[in-house]
Amino acid sequence: MPWNLDDDRPIYLQLMERIQHDIVSGTYQPGDKLPSVRDLAVDAAVNPNTMQKALSELERCGLVYSQRTSGRFITDDAGLIRQMRTEMAKEHIRDFFVQMHKLGFSDEETLDMIRRTLKGETHETDS
Amino acid sequence: MRPILECQKLTKKYGNFFALSNVDLSLERGKIVGLLGPNGSGKTTLIKLANGLLTPTEGHIMINGLEPGPATKKIVSYLPDHSFFNGHMKVKHLMAYYADFYRNFSTERALKMLDALEIDKDKRLNALSKGAQEKVQLVLVMSRDADLYILDEPIGGVDPAARDYILRTILSNYSENSTVLISTHLITDIEQVLDHVIFLQNGQISLNTSVDEIRTEYGKSVDALFREVFKC
Repeated sequence: MPWNLDDDRPIYLQLMERIQHDIVSGTYQPGDKLPSVRDLAVDAAVNPNTMQKALSELERCGLVYSQRTSGRFITDDAGLIRQMRTEMAKEHIRDFFVQMHKLGFSDEETLDMIRRTLKGETHETDS
Repeated sequence: MRPILECQKLTKKYGNFFALSNVDLSLERGKIVGLLGPNGSGKTTLIKLANGLLTPTEGHIMINGLEPGPATKKIVSYLPDHSFFNGHMKVKHLMAYYADFYRNFSTERALKMLDALEIDKDKRLNALSKGAQEKVQLVLVMSRDADLYILDEPIGGVDPAARDYILRTILSNYSENSTVLISTHLITDIEQVLDHVIFLQNGQISLNTSVDEIRTEYGKSVDALFREVFKC
Protein backbone atom coordinates (compact mmCIF):
# COMPACT_ATOMS: atom_id res chain seq x y z
CA MET A 1 0.00 0.00 0.00
CA PRO A 2 1.44 3.40 -0.94
CA TRP A 3 1.44 5.75 2.03
CA ASN A 4 -1.33 8.31 2.09
CA LEU A 5 0.20 11.65 1.29
CA ASP A 6 -1.37 15.08 0.82
CA ASP A 7 -0.57 16.75 -2.46
CA ASP A 8 0.02 20.27 -1.25
CA ARG A 9 2.77 19.74 1.33
CA PRO A 10 6.40 18.72 0.84
CA ILE A 11 6.65 14.94 0.57
CA TYR A 12 9.73 14.56 2.78
CA LEU A 13 7.92 16.29 5.67
CA GLN A 14 5.02 13.88 5.37
CA LEU A 15 7.37 10.92 5.28
CA MET A 16 9.04 12.22 8.46
CA GLU A 17 5.68 12.57 10.15
CA ARG A 18 4.65 9.10 9.17
CA ILE A 19 7.84 7.54 10.52
CA GLN A 20 7.61 9.62 13.72
CA HIS A 21 4.07 8.38 14.08
CA ASP A 22 5.20 4.79 13.63
CA ILE A 23 7.84 5.29 16.33
CA VAL A 24 5.43 6.86 18.80
CA SER A 25 2.69 4.31 18.19
CA GLY A 26 5.13 1.44 18.70
CA THR A 27 5.20 0.06 15.17
CA TYR A 28 8.91 0.62 15.51
CA GLN A 29 10.36 -0.09 18.94
CA PRO A 30 13.36 1.81 20.36
CA GLY A 31 16.52 0.31 18.90
CA ASP A 32 14.73 -1.37 15.98
CA LYS A 33 16.49 -1.47 12.65
CA LEU A 34 14.76 0.44 9.87
CA PRO A 35 14.29 -1.11 6.43
CA SER A 36 16.62 0.15 3.71
CA VAL A 37 15.93 3.46 2.01
CA ARG A 38 15.04 1.65 -1.19
CA ASP A 39 12.59 -0.70 0.53
CA LEU A 40 10.95 2.13 2.42
CA ALA A 41 10.70 4.18 -0.77
CA VAL A 42 9.13 1.32 -2.72
CA ASP A 43 6.73 0.66 0.15
CA ALA A 44 5.69 4.32 0.30
CA ALA A 45 5.77 4.60 -3.51
CA VAL A 46 7.98 7.67 -3.35
CA ASN A 47 11.32 8.64 -4.78
CA PRO A 48 14.28 7.10 -2.90
CA ASN A 49 16.06 10.46 -2.74
CA THR A 50 13.03 11.96 -1.00
CA MET A 51 12.99 9.09 1.50
CA GLN A 52 16.70 9.61 2.04
CA LYS A 53 16.07 13.27 2.83
CA ALA A 54 13.31 12.40 5.33
CA LEU A 55 15.61 9.93 7.12
CA SER A 56 18.50 12.41 7.19
CA GLU A 57 16.21 14.96 8.81
CA LEU A 58 15.07 12.41 11.40
CA GLU A 59 18.71 11.67 12.04
CA ARG A 60 19.37 15.36 12.53
CA CYS A 61 16.74 15.53 15.28
CA GLY A 62 18.16 12.40 16.88
CA LEU A 63 15.20 10.06 16.43
CA VAL A 64 17.13 7.83 14.10
CA TYR A 65 20.81 7.07 14.02
CA SER A 66 22.87 5.31 11.42
CA GLN A 67 25.68 2.87 11.83
CA ARG A 68 28.06 3.05 8.98
CA THR A 69 27.81 -0.52 7.85
CA SER A 70 24.71 -1.99 9.39
CA GLY A 71 22.02 0.55 8.54
CA ARG A 72 19.66 2.86 10.35
CA PHE A 73 18.14 2.35 13.77
CA ILE A 74 15.46 3.95 15.92
CA THR A 75 16.88 5.82 18.90
CA ASP A 76 17.10 4.04 22.27
CA ASP A 77 16.36 7.29 24.03
CA ALA A 78 12.90 6.68 25.52
CA GLY A 79 12.84 10.24 26.89
CA LEU A 80 13.22 11.68 23.42
CA ILE A 81 10.40 9.51 22.11
CA ARG A 82 8.14 10.58 24.99
CA GLN A 83 8.99 14.19 24.30
CA MET A 84 8.09 13.78 20.63
CA ARG A 85 4.85 12.10 21.60
CA THR A 86 3.92 15.10 23.73
CA GLU A 87 4.87 17.47 20.93
CA MET A 88 2.65 15.60 18.50
CA ALA A 89 -0.24 15.61 20.95
CA LYS A 90 0.10 19.36 21.44
CA GLU A 91 0.03 19.86 17.73
CA HIS A 92 -3.17 17.85 17.38
CA ILE A 93 -4.77 19.91 20.13
CA ARG A 94 -3.72 23.20 18.52
CA ASP A 95 -5.10 22.05 15.17
CA PHE A 96 -8.33 21.00 16.84
CA PHE A 97 -8.80 24.38 18.49
CA VAL A 98 -8.09 26.16 15.22
CA GLN A 99 -10.83 24.10 13.57
CA MET A 100 -13.25 24.80 16.42
CA HIS A 101 -12.51 28.54 16.17
CA LYS A 102 -13.33 28.34 12.49
CA LEU A 103 -16.68 26.83 13.44
CA GLY A 104 -17.25 29.76 15.77
CA PHE A 105 -16.71 28.06 19.15
CA SER A 106 -14.76 29.82 21.86
CA ASP A 107 -12.15 27.94 23.90
CA GLU A 108 -14.56 27.71 26.84
CA GLU A 109 -17.40 26.38 24.74
CA THR A 110 -15.07 23.87 23.17
CA LEU A 111 -13.82 22.63 26.54
CA ASP A 112 -17.38 22.37 27.75
CA MET A 113 -18.33 20.29 24.73
CA ILE A 114 -15.35 18.01 25.26
CA ARG A 115 -16.42 17.37 28.85
CA ARG A 116 -19.97 16.66 27.83
CA THR A 117 -18.88 14.39 25.02
CA LEU A 118 -16.71 12.42 27.40
CA LYS A 119 -19.65 12.04 29.77
CA GLY A 120 -21.50 10.49 26.88
CA GLU A 121 -24.07 13.19 26.26
CA THR A 122 -25.03 12.90 22.66
CA HIS A 123 -27.41 15.86 22.32
CA GLU A 124 -25.91 19.17 23.19
CA THR A 125 -28.09 22.26 23.40
CA ASP A 126 -27.18 25.29 21.38
CA SER A 127 -25.99 27.91 23.79
CA MET B 1 30.54 12.83 -12.58
CA ARG B 2 29.47 14.19 -15.92
CA PRO B 3 25.75 14.68 -16.48
CA ILE B 4 23.95 11.81 -18.19
CA LEU B 5 22.15 14.24 -20.49
CA GLU B 6 23.17 17.73 -21.37
CA CYS B 7 21.70 20.28 -23.79
CA GLN B 8 23.43 23.47 -24.80
CA LYS B 9 21.46 26.09 -26.69
CA LEU B 10 19.53 23.23 -28.21
CA THR B 11 17.25 24.42 -31.00
CA LYS B 12 15.04 22.49 -33.38
CA LYS B 13 13.13 24.21 -36.16
CA TYR B 14 10.48 22.63 -38.33
CA GLY B 15 10.31 25.10 -41.25
CA ASN B 16 9.79 28.42 -39.52
CA PHE B 17 8.43 26.87 -36.34
CA PHE B 18 10.69 26.61 -33.32
CA ALA B 19 9.82 23.30 -31.66
CA LEU B 20 12.66 23.90 -29.21
CA SER B 21 14.55 27.09 -28.81
CA ASN B 22 17.79 27.64 -26.92
CA VAL B 23 17.26 24.91 -24.37
CA ASP B 24 19.98 24.56 -21.75
CA LEU B 25 19.51 21.52 -19.57
CA SER B 26 21.60 19.16 -17.51
CA LEU B 27 20.37 15.92 -15.94
CA GLU B 28 22.30 14.29 -13.14
CA ARG B 29 22.61 10.57 -12.58
CA GLY B 30 20.40 8.77 -10.09
CA LYS B 31 17.34 10.96 -10.59
CA ILE B 32 13.80 10.44 -11.74
CA VAL B 33 12.83 13.44 -13.80
CA GLY B 34 9.40 14.43 -15.10
CA LEU B 35 9.27 16.19 -18.45
CA LEU B 36 5.97 18.03 -18.35
CA GLY B 37 4.27 20.36 -20.75
CA PRO B 38 1.08 20.76 -22.75
CA ASN B 39 0.64 19.23 -26.20
CA GLY B 40 3.03 20.75 -28.71
CA SER B 41 5.42 22.14 -26.11
CA GLY B 42 8.40 20.19 -27.47
CA LYS B 43 8.58 17.15 -25.17
CA THR B 44 8.70 14.52 -27.89
CA THR B 45 11.04 16.63 -30.00
CA LEU B 46 13.50 16.78 -27.10
CA ILE B 47 13.18 13.04 -26.58
CA LYS B 48 13.71 12.28 -30.25
CA LEU B 49 16.79 14.49 -30.31
CA ALA B 50 18.18 12.60 -27.33
CA ASN B 51 17.71 9.34 -29.20
CA GLY B 52 19.25 10.53 -32.43
CA LEU B 53 15.96 10.32 -34.34
CA LEU B 54 16.22 14.03 -35.10
CA THR B 55 19.25 16.25 -35.44
CA PRO B 56 19.46 19.68 -33.84
CA THR B 57 19.06 22.77 -36.00
CA GLU B 58 21.47 24.51 -33.65
CA GLY B 59 23.19 23.74 -30.38
CA HIS B 60 24.12 20.39 -28.89
CA ILE B 61 22.65 17.48 -27.06
CA MET B 62 25.00 15.06 -25.36
CA ILE B 63 24.38 11.72 -23.68
CA ASN B 64 27.12 10.92 -21.21
CA GLY B 65 29.29 13.41 -23.10
CA LEU B 66 28.64 11.87 -26.51
CA GLU B 67 26.51 12.89 -29.47
CA PRO B 68 23.56 10.51 -29.90
CA GLY B 69 24.69 7.49 -31.93
CA PRO B 70 25.31 3.75 -31.60
CA ALA B 71 27.42 4.25 -28.47
CA THR B 72 24.68 6.16 -26.67
CA LYS B 73 21.96 3.74 -27.80
CA LYS B 74 23.76 1.09 -25.79
CA ILE B 75 23.16 3.02 -22.61
CA VAL B 76 19.79 4.60 -23.35
CA SER B 77 16.60 2.58 -23.06
CA TYR B 78 13.87 4.37 -24.94
CA LEU B 79 10.12 3.89 -24.91
CA PRO B 80 8.58 5.82 -27.81
CA ASP B 81 5.07 7.23 -27.60
CA HIS B 82 3.78 4.78 -30.19
CA SER B 83 4.12 1.05 -30.78
CA PHE B 84 7.49 0.09 -32.19
CA PHE B 85 7.19 -3.69 -32.43
CA ASN B 86 5.95 -5.99 -35.13
CA GLY B 87 2.51 -6.89 -33.80
CA HIS B 88 2.62 -10.36 -35.37
CA MET B 89 5.43 -11.41 -33.09
CA LYS B 90 4.73 -13.37 -29.94
CA VAL B 91 5.70 -11.84 -26.61
CA LYS B 92 8.34 -14.51 -25.99
CA HIS B 93 9.87 -13.82 -29.40
CA LEU B 94 9.93 -10.11 -28.73
CA MET B 95 11.85 -10.89 -25.60
CA ALA B 96 14.41 -12.95 -27.51
CA TYR B 97 14.62 -10.15 -30.08
CA TYR B 98 15.40 -7.61 -27.37
CA ALA B 99 17.94 -9.93 -25.74
CA ASP B 100 19.60 -10.23 -29.15
CA PHE B 101 19.78 -6.51 -29.65
CA TYR B 102 20.86 -5.38 -26.23
CA ARG B 103 23.57 -7.00 -24.18
CA ASN B 104 22.24 -5.28 -21.07
CA PHE B 105 18.78 -6.85 -21.36
CA SER B 106 17.77 -9.12 -18.48
CA THR B 107 15.40 -11.86 -19.64
CA GLU B 108 14.93 -12.92 -16.05
CA ARG B 109 13.73 -9.50 -14.99
CA ALA B 110 11.38 -9.27 -17.97
CA LEU B 111 9.87 -12.68 -17.20
CA LYS B 112 9.28 -11.71 -13.62
CA MET B 113 7.45 -8.53 -14.59
CA LEU B 114 5.41 -10.17 -17.34
CA ASP B 115 4.29 -12.82 -14.86
CA ALA B 116 3.37 -10.23 -12.25
CA LEU B 117 1.30 -8.41 -14.86
CA GLU B 118 -0.24 -11.72 -15.97
CA ILE B 119 0.73 -11.41 -19.60
CA ASP B 120 0.62 -14.54 -21.72
CA LYS B 121 4.01 -14.87 -23.40
CA ASP B 122 2.66 -17.20 -26.08
CA LYS B 123 0.28 -14.62 -27.47
CA ARG B 124 0.99 -12.38 -30.40
CA LEU B 125 1.33 -8.72 -29.50
CA ASN B 126 -1.66 -7.87 -31.71
CA ALA B 127 -3.84 -10.31 -29.79
CA LEU B 128 -3.31 -8.42 -26.52
CA SER B 129 -5.39 -5.50 -25.32
CA LYS B 130 -4.01 -2.02 -25.87
CA GLY B 131 -3.08 -1.71 -22.21
CA ALA B 132 -1.32 -5.08 -22.22
CA GLN B 133 0.61 -4.10 -25.35
CA GLU B 134 1.84 -0.99 -23.58
CA LYS B 135 2.83 -3.07 -20.58
CA VAL B 136 4.88 -5.43 -22.74
CA GLN B 137 6.76 -2.56 -24.31
CA LEU B 138 7.44 -0.90 -20.99
CA VAL B 139 8.57 -4.18 -19.42
CA LEU B 140 11.08 -4.75 -22.22
CA VAL B 141 12.39 -1.20 -21.95
CA MET B 142 12.71 -1.38 -18.16
CA SER B 143 14.41 -4.78 -18.29
CA ARG B 144 17.58 -3.27 -19.67
CA ASP B 145 20.34 -2.15 -17.34
CA ALA B 146 20.57 1.27 -18.91
CA ASP B 147 22.15 4.50 -17.73
CA LEU B 148 19.25 6.54 -19.01
CA TYR B 149 15.65 5.47 -19.44
CA ILE B 150 13.58 7.76 -21.60
CA LEU B 151 9.89 7.02 -21.32
CA ASP B 152 7.55 8.96 -23.59
CA GLU B 153 4.03 8.74 -22.14
CA PRO B 154 4.59 5.36 -20.49
CA ILE B 155 1.41 4.93 -18.49
CA GLY B 156 -1.31 6.51 -20.60
CA GLY B 157 -3.20 3.38 -21.56
CA VAL B 158 -2.81 1.15 -18.52
CA ASP B 159 -5.20 0.78 -15.60
CA PRO B 160 -4.43 2.35 -12.21
CA ALA B 161 -3.43 -0.93 -10.54
CA ALA B 162 -0.94 -1.72 -13.29
CA ARG B 163 0.23 1.89 -13.13
CA ASP B 164 1.10 1.42 -9.45
CA TYR B 165 2.96 -1.76 -10.27
CA ILE B 166 4.87 -0.06 -13.07
CA LEU B 167 5.87 2.90 -10.90
CA ARG B 168 7.01 0.48 -8.25
CA THR B 169 8.99 -1.38 -10.88
CA ILE B 170 10.65 1.83 -11.96
CA LEU B 171 11.45 2.67 -8.33
CA SER B 172 12.92 -0.69 -7.52
CA ASN B 173 14.77 -1.23 -10.79
CA TYR B 174 16.59 1.97 -11.53
CA SER B 175 20.02 2.07 -9.99
CA GLU B 176 21.82 4.90 -8.28
CA ASN B 177 23.74 5.56 -11.45
CA SER B 178 20.83 5.65 -13.82
CA THR B 179 18.37 8.38 -14.58
CA VAL B 180 14.77 8.05 -15.66
CA LEU B 181 13.22 10.76 -17.80
CA ILE B 182 9.44 10.45 -18.01
CA SER B 183 7.21 12.58 -20.17
CA THR B 184 3.56 12.46 -19.19
CA HIS B 185 0.28 14.27 -18.73
CA LEU B 186 -0.68 12.12 -15.75
CA ILE B 187 1.19 14.21 -13.25
CA THR B 188 -0.78 13.25 -10.15
CA ASP B 189 0.05 9.60 -10.62
CA ILE B 190 3.78 10.03 -10.83
CA GLU B 191 4.44 13.19 -8.85
CA GLN B 192 5.54 11.31 -5.72
CA VAL B 193 8.24 9.37 -7.49
CA LEU B 194 9.87 12.33 -9.20
CA ASP B 195 12.99 14.09 -7.95
CA HIS B 196 12.76 16.83 -10.40
CA VAL B 197 10.28 18.39 -12.78
CA ILE B 198 10.90 20.28 -15.97
CA PHE B 199 8.09 22.35 -17.44
CA LEU B 200 8.36 22.89 -21.18
CA GLN B 201 6.40 25.76 -22.63
CA ASN B 202 6.50 26.69 -26.33
CA GLY B 203 9.84 25.00 -26.79
CA GLN B 204 11.48 26.59 -23.78
CA ILE B 205 12.07 25.49 -20.21
CA SER B 206 9.85 27.56 -17.96
CA LEU B 207 10.56 25.72 -14.73
CA ASN B 208 13.26 23.30 -13.59
CA THR B 209 13.03 22.43 -9.92
CA SER B 210 12.29 19.70 -7.40
CA VAL B 211 8.82 18.50 -6.43
CA ASP B 212 9.27 19.48 -2.80
CA GLU B 213 10.54 22.93 -3.75
CA ILE B 214 7.35 23.46 -5.72
CA ARG B 215 5.26 22.31 -2.78
CA THR B 216 7.20 24.47 -0.33
CA GLU B 217 7.21 27.56 -2.51
CA TYR B 218 3.71 27.44 -3.96
CA GLY B 219 1.91 25.35 -1.34
CA LYS B 220 0.45 23.18 -4.04
CA SER B 221 1.09 20.00 -5.94
CA VAL B 222 2.97 19.89 -9.23
CA ASP B 223 -0.31 18.92 -10.87
CA ALA B 224 -2.10 21.99 -9.46
CA LEU B 225 0.78 24.25 -10.49
CA PHE B 226 0.77 22.75 -13.98
CA ARG B 227 -2.95 23.48 -14.33
CA GLU B 228 -2.34 27.06 -13.25
CA VAL B 229 0.69 27.71 -15.44
CA PHE B 230 -0.83 26.12 -18.54
CA LYS B 231 -4.40 27.26 -18.01
CA CYS B 232 -6.23 27.47 -21.36
